[in-house]
Amino acid sequence: MQPALAISQLNKTYEGDFQALKGISLDVQPGDFFALLGPNGAGKSTTIGIICSLVLKTSGSVSIFGCDIDTDFSEAKQHVGVVPQEFNFNQFEKPFDILINQAGYFGIPREIAAERAEKYLRQLGLWDKSHVPSRTLSGGMKRRLMIARALIHEPKLLVLDEPTAGVDIELRRSMWDFLREINAQGTTIILTTHYLEEAESLCRNVAIIDHGQIVQNTSIRELLQQLNKELFVLDVRELLSDCPVIEGYPITLVDDHTLEVEVEKSQSINALFDALSSAGVHVLSMRNKTNRLEELFFDLVEKNLSGDKND
Amino acid sequence: MTNQEKWIAFMTIVRREIHRFLRIWPQTLLPPVITIVLYFVIFGTLIGSRIGEMAGLPYIQFVAPGLIMMSVITNSYSNVVSSFFGSKFQRNIEELLVSPTPNWIILLGFVVGGMCRGLGVGLIVTVLSLYFADFSIHSLPITVGIVLMTSLMFSLAGLINAVFARNFDDISIIPTFVLTPLTYLGGVFYSIELLGEFWSKVSMINPVLYMVNAFRYGIAGISDINIVWAFSMVGLFSVLLFFVALNLLEKGSRLRS
Ligand SMILES: Nc1ncnc2c1ncn2[C@@H]1O[C@H](COP(=O)(O)OP(=O)(O)O)[C@@H](O)[C@H]1O
Ligand SMILES: [Mg+2]
Repeated sequence: MQPALAISQLNKTYEGDFQALKGISLDVQPGDFFALLGPNGAGKSTTIGIICSLVLKTSGSVSIFGCDIDTDFSEAKQHVGVVPQEFNFNQFEKPFDILINQAGYFGIPREIAAERAEKYLRQLGLWDKSHVPSRTLSGGMKRRLMIARALIHEPKLLVLDEPTAGVDIELRRSMWDFLREINAQGTTIILTTHYLEEAESLCRNVAIIDHGQIVQNTSIRELLQQLNKELFVLDVRELLSDCPVIEGYPITLVDDHTLEVEVEKSQSINALFDALSSAGVHVLSMRNKTNRLEELFFDLVEKNLSGDKND
Repeated sequence: MTNQEKWIAFMTIVRREIHRFLRIWPQTLLPPVITIVLYFVIFGTLIGSRIGEMAGLPYIQFVAPGLIMMSVITNSYSNVVSSFFGSKFQRNIEELLVSPTPNWIILLGFVVGGMCRGLGVGLIVTVLSLYFADFSIHSLPITVGIVLMTSLMFSLAGLINAVFARNFDDISIIPTFVLTPLTYLGGVFYSIELLGEFWSKVSMINPVLYMVNAFRYGIAGISDINIVWAFSMVGLFSVLLFFVALNLLEKGSRLRS
């Protein structure tokens, strides 16, 4: 089957020589609910911008359900609906007109557009606002208006750039429910977020992006498991020729005085030391080995904690 | 996109453009009408009666075609420049950029929208001018032909201005420093016969002169310049501007980062 999204060796250098994407490759399968997770400035919006042709790529290729965005751009655009990070509708136009016009740009006749506009405005709880100037809507309503607009041509792939930024908790949950539902009905969804919690509760697969590079591309479950483990480096007194074997604690021998042990966060470290002592191994010192992923997550969590206050 | 889908996209843009200038009619339709009525009262009635004849016509009949043309020019131009720049500013131009609508349809949509306002205001002004001056039409095809082409050309120019504009100042520079002088020196208020040989030659490089004269010819049957020339010039300029504008959209200049 064609991937819903295939990105290969994507590079973007902005004017003024800033390299925002450094050779990103990524596949998203049809039907997936996919998170592009990363801190601010990682390159998430740039990636989304290229997918929906608001940003010109420097090199690389992108195809959507097998349609290349350069050579088959008309078809490719029919397949994708985008909800950008910033509001980008005319604040003086009314939600209903905004949807009808967007449908028109996709060549959808007015009668069909009117039916769909009503359907999506109702589903997103905006029907009673459909004929007021959109500048009078609240932030959460504006965001939902953009979701309705992205769906009006019924794309197979829906891309949302930080859809819940600035949306309060209650609305956030109902938006999540809505997204789960349309995903269940077959729409592939990609969303960017800097909330691990959001990716965790919605998505099946995830790519982590940092400084314009994909750091990790895996399933959410796998990712969480990985984050649940800690790696310790132990310096021992004895000269080891064989790696000690202790049940439940995978150990690797780094050199003849150094061990690395994987410990799940739920496991006790006391038990590890007991087992090592009975095996005749004496630990002189121990340190925590952090990898880039963990550092990144530490960052994400830290930033979110401080960021939430000024949201 | 099929041709039918393209047609729907085109009509959507045109309809939205018309909707826009009707919604804000106190800013778009009312001011040109007030301005033109003032011109008629001052130049036509008050001063005009003292001037007597210009190029063999009563002054009011001489200025009326020029004033109509002036309102077509400024309204076509300013509609496209403010609508297109406005959608860049509010970023709703992105609604079109993410859609499969080809650039030439986007271009034609905005331009035809601008022509609707230019021609609409032109029509209102013409009807009003009948109150001040009575004139018959010498040649309908020439009159309509030149007014259509003028409106087209200035709508295109407005779009190019909007693409380059980075802020609201940039969209008033060209109208103030280029458009207004060109129209005032374009034979709206006087016949270039009045100028010395040198200055009437210089006037010949002003495209507005050709349009105003061709239009006046269509109405009153008199012209300072050759009509075929006028049509060729305006036609040539329009084609040129069309391709410049299309090229800007294709490259995504100042639209896609
Ligand atoms: N138009 C632009 N011109 C120059 N640099 C940009 C532009 N847009 C984004 N950048 C830079 O590119 C990097 C990635 O930005 P972005 O894709 O918006 O990140 P994210 O969405 O992950 O927060 C940032 O450092 C940002 O400053
Ligand atoms: Mg972003």
